[in-house]
Amino acid sequence: MASEQYSASDIVTHHLGHWRVGEGMWAVHMDTIFFSVLCGVLMVFLLWLGARRATAGVPSKMQNFVELLVEFADNSVKATFHGPRDFMAPLALTIFLWVLFWNFLDLVPIDWIPLLAKTLFGLEYLKIVPSADINATFGLSISVLMLIIYYGIKGKGVLGFGKELLTHPFGANPLLVPFNLILNVVEMIAKPISLAMRLFGNLFAAELIFILISLLPFWILWAPDIVWALFHLLVVPLQAFLFMTLTIIYISLAYEDQH
Amino acid sequence: MEISPLTLIAQGAGFFAFIYATMKLVWPPLTKAMAEREQRIAEGLAVAERSAHEKELAKSKAVETIREARQQAQDVIRQAEKRAAEIIEQAKQQGRQDGERLLATARSEIDQELNRAREQLRIQVADLAVTGAASILKREVDPKAHQKMLDDLVKQI
Repeated sequence: MASEQYSASDIVTHHLGHWRVGEGMWAVHMDTIFFSVLCGVLMVFLLWLGARRATAGVPSKMQNFVELLVEFADNSVKATFHGPRDFMAPLALTIFLWVLFWNFLDLVPIDWIPLLAKTLFGLEYLKIVPSADINATFGLSISVLMLIIYYGIKGKGVLGFGKELLTHPFGANPLLVPFNLILNVVEMIAKPISLAMRLFGNLFAAELIFILISLLPFWILWAPDIVWALFHLLVVPLQAFLFMTLTIIYISLAYEDQH
Repeated sequence: MEISPLTLIAQGAGFFAFIYATMKLVWPPLTKAMAEREQRIAEGLAVAERSAHEKELAKSKAVETIREARQQAQDVIRQAEKRAAEIIEQAKQQGRQDGERLLATARSEIDQELNRAREQLRIQVADLAVTGAASILKREVDPKAHQKMLDDLVKQI
């Protein structure tokens, strides 16, 4: 915990620092990659546990639970997206669970894992919540942008997609084409930015508040910590659900003709 | 807040890898199992409905059969009663006829017996008369001469 020789700002900046490998542009956030991949592997393993001995008869508890998740994702996609769901539904579930796992890491007391890493491996900086790293959320949302473009082309054809880019929403008048294009490009860029910033903002703020709470004297620390953790318990699934739902909506908007 | 393009790319790659894993490892067995279960439940419901219908049919058939059997039994009883009455009637008839016949036979036998007795009596009376007359008249009466008169006498008895 807060040792006497460190100032409060030292502790805060220390907790916000990443385990970086490499310099400048080519630096890699090893902590973000490690913990997000760990979450992903855990997620796929849990799902696989339920799917491994899938039976049409009476399902095991694990299978039942995973079926619940699968149906949840499938229904969420079905509600807005009216194309084939064999990729969309796994996509939705992957986003939801992956982001959920990321966010849950925020509830691990902030000193435990960094302290463990420092003692065992001598790592000075470690930030375990991937969704509090803007690179993780943007990595996800830019992938979603690629899928939006892919599904736009898949749903409308290359020509239809290009045409909509140039003529929507003001009309096909040649004078209006530049405005249409600018508007569409801005809209397209705004989507991943809003997705990424919303998730990052929520989790970063939550992380920061946990850090600030940890600066309090130890005999009172637990009270605000519990209150904030309980509140954060609402934010964790909400942000995961939002990311999934917005992704589905963006992709279906691109895929389907809105006129 | 440091931007790290390599982290970003790694995150994107990981994202697609996990989608792929979910799509290949998790989705096919589960959706197959769920569809199969749905099918099974639908089949089970259909079978249940069909058997309920069949039960209903069997029930009405059983009622019909029981009704027919009761009808037949009643017919049989009625016929048997009729037959019994006939047999009794026949037996009565037979008895009456037999009795009458026996009566007639007895009567004719009595008649014969009576006739025979009367004949014998007549002969004996004639003999007695002759004997009596002979003992009384011994001499005066010549049986040969009075034969005709004696015969008349016998006839009168």
